[in-house]
Amino acid sequence: MSLFKTITAKPWETKGVIGGLEAEGAIDAPNEKVALSVFLVVASVVFSLFTVGYFLRMELPDWQPLSEPAQLWFNTGLLVISSVLFQWARNIVNTDDHKNVKIAFITGGFFAIFFIAGQLLTWSNLQEAGYFMTSNPANAFYYLMTGLHAVHLLGGLWVWSKSSIRLLSGRDSNDVKLSIELCTLYWHFLLVIWLVLFALLSNT
Amino acid sequence: MAYVPLADRDSEMEMHHPHTWIGRWVFCQDHKVIAIQYGSIAVFTGLVGLILSLLFRMQLGFPETADYIDPSFYYQAVTMHGMIMVVYLLTALFLGGFGNYLIPLMCGARDMVFPFMNMLSVWVFLVSVIILMASFFVSGGPTGGGWTLYPPQTNLAGTPGHDMGIVLMLVSLGVFIVATTMGGLNYVVTVLQYRCRGLTMMRLPLSVWGIFIATILALFAFPALLVAAIMMLFDILLGTSFFMPAIIESGAPLDHNGGSPVLFQHLFWFFGHPEVYIVALPAFGLVSDVLSVHARKNIFGYRMMVWAIIAIGGLSFIVWAHHMYVSGMHPYFGFFFATTTLIIAVPTALKVYNWVLTLWEGDIRLNAPMYFAIGFIFTFIHGGLTGLFLGNVVIDLPLSDTYFVVAHFHMVMGVSPVLVVFAAIYHWYPKMSGRMFHEGMAKLHFWCTFLGTYAIYLPMHYLGFLGVPRRYYALGTTDFLPQSAQDLNTAITIAALFVGASQLLFFINIIWSLRNGPKADPNPWGAASLEWHTPDTPPKHGNWGESLPTVYRWAYDYSVPGAHEDFIPQNTPESEEPTVDEQHFDPDQDESLADV
Repeated sequence: MSLFKTITAKPWETKGVIGGLEAEGAIDAPNEKVALSVFLVVASVVFSLFTVGYFLRMELPDWQPLSEPAQLWFNTGLLVISSVLFQWARNIVNTDDHKNVKIAFITGGFFAIFFIAGQLLTWSNLQEAGYFMTSNPANAFYYLMTGLHAVHLLGGLWVWSKSSIRLLSGRDSNDVKLSIELCTLYWHFLLVIWLVLFALLSNT
Repeated sequence: MAYVPLADRDSEMEMHHPHTWIGRWVFCQDHKVIAIQYGSIAVFTGLVGLILSLLFRMQLGFPETADYIDPSFYYQAVTMHGMIMVVYLLTALFLGGFGNYLIPLMCGARDMVFPFMNMLSVWVFLVSVIILMASFFVSGGPTGGGWTLYPPQTNLAGTPGHDMGIVLMLVSLGVFIVATTMGGLNYVVTVLQYRCRGLTMMRLPLSVWGIFIATILALFAFPALLVAAIMMLFDILLGTSFFMPAIIESGAPLDHNGGSPVLFQHLFWFFGHPEVYIVALPAFGLVSDVLSVHARKNIFGYRMMVWAIIAIGGLSFIVWAHHMYVSGMHPYFGFFFATTTLIIAVPTALKVYNWVLTLWEGDIRLNAPMYFAIGFIFTFIHGGLTGLFLGNVVIDLPLSDTYFVVAHFHMVMGVSPVLVVFAAIYHWYPKMSGRMFHEGMAKLHFWCTFLGTYAIYLPMHYLGFLGVPRRYYALGTTDFLPQSAQDLNTAITIAALFVGASQLLFFINIIWSLRNGPKADPNPWGAASLEWHTPDTPPKHGNWGESLPTVYRWAYDYSVPGAHEDFIPQNTPESEEPTVDEQHFDPDQDESLADV
């Protein structure tokens, strides 16, 4: 039922049971997925507000654009591979190919760890080149936004590590399937956020 | 229609019944216990906020006597009072307290969707309160920069708590936001997914609608505060210049350069204005239900009430800069925000009309919850109307930073929601505790609070018109302030002390009644919504016994013509609808039906 139809219903007129066993209007998806989707919207709001702050702060005269290190392209590649592996695991999770599910899911997580390591490396290179956080707001935003993205990824990796252990021990197959689906969704979300951040940082 | 037990739905939720005292009362996943934990922590924190307000009122009312309050403590008390009341008391109490208690019961669910995360939410909230309270004990004390925490002032040496106090405040807010997000995800998903069979969104009581939309606002608005807090922490701890401009402190230039304090204001108020409605919308919802039940009438214009809640929620995100008219904004910017601010008065006024029309020709039962609910209509109209003054740029400019503003926001988002809190606690107390409270004491509590708060805030409007500035430690001797302004301040302080002390009536009443109150009927008010029709009072873990309820109607079937009683519970099927024997039914004889 559409939102418009929902909120134009006249509840004082209709009596009796409406809908099936589930209440009408309940979303046909696992509750965890609904919650994750809401959370992704909240996280998007956080990143958008940082972006708005970035644009407003950029207008002020002391802003000196930072030339982003080329290594970010390599890091981006790592995150793309990570996302692709997660998607692969999700695609074959309902088949009997348990071995490849394990390989794809677990290596996918490791590529995300490599991505974070790569980000830390760029941080350390920038520090060595004298681009300190305090020297310019553009630098501060760079560290802040890439750091925040990495923190979100670390949160994902915590769930990934728990799911990996369950996957390896072969227990709770249905729960693990849901975990893989949700991790994939979260990883794609963080990839999109990263691509937007990368574009933003590179072009300004 | 035959009753179909929802065995398949029931099996979805595993109930972990606690076996130990710690499991039952401390690490409990039952939403009702969590609600009481949330509520108790919030009320305790609120009491700290109340005592702080009485202390700084002593300074304002009796500056010579209250020499134990120095300027630093005064600013710290004002700041902590503001933040505690808005965030740690009202937000936590409405969403964490009432949201937790009422959502699953009113939705016909056994618990929240994620009980463990719910429990985690209350513990993280406790951590945030502990961090906040810790700032009283660190060197320099809590921050005294005003509850809006504006940089650069908050971070400079002249402001009390500029070292550790502000850091602890920002960290505490960050932790609070984590707690609210965990709770908020639960409330939203529970309302969407765990409504029982037959309970459509438009059959939900307005309490659930108010809390539901307020939760969505919280999920979208608190990130702005989080972003502001993180950037400010970076400025303070790591020396960045997001908000801190080039500035001289104690004669020496600081390392900061080029930051934008106005950027902080935008972020803060992008959170701050929706925050007003995070507090107000649950209050709107709860008061609608209290009014409807005790007026024995369906809520007037249910659909419009829902639409108004949604409209207010949406509009609340595009009015934030009306808090910043004096920040030097472009006139067209001010024009835009004045317009949106005045537009938001339309759905808000609509709600007020509907509350009044709900009372119109109702069979009003003037008991304690109804006293508070009707009192709310008065204070809310009062605070809302002064909002129309302040929403206009030209009127706001001279009144900005005067006591008129203090009076306005205390009437509209201090006194009004608090009256609803009392209305709601008295209204649902019999369900929560299984006992009745002392009616006379509750009514006395109402009159002391209602008249007392008017005695506090009505004169403040006048002080504001005189031009008395807010946030001043002492007024000193100035030509434009007559002695009467000082006398009025003294009177306000006496009223504040009286109101503060009279809250003891409330605490004595609810604590004494827990053991000594008469046993409550499962549905003492004759209410139709689901929470009054649980098999046990107070409801046990799991709420609904063997099987979940099925809903056949909306939550407002009061004084239905031809019905045996003046309410029909939501879970009564049409076939079992009790009707009076038609042969003996004479509408003229039946008072409750005479006007239908």
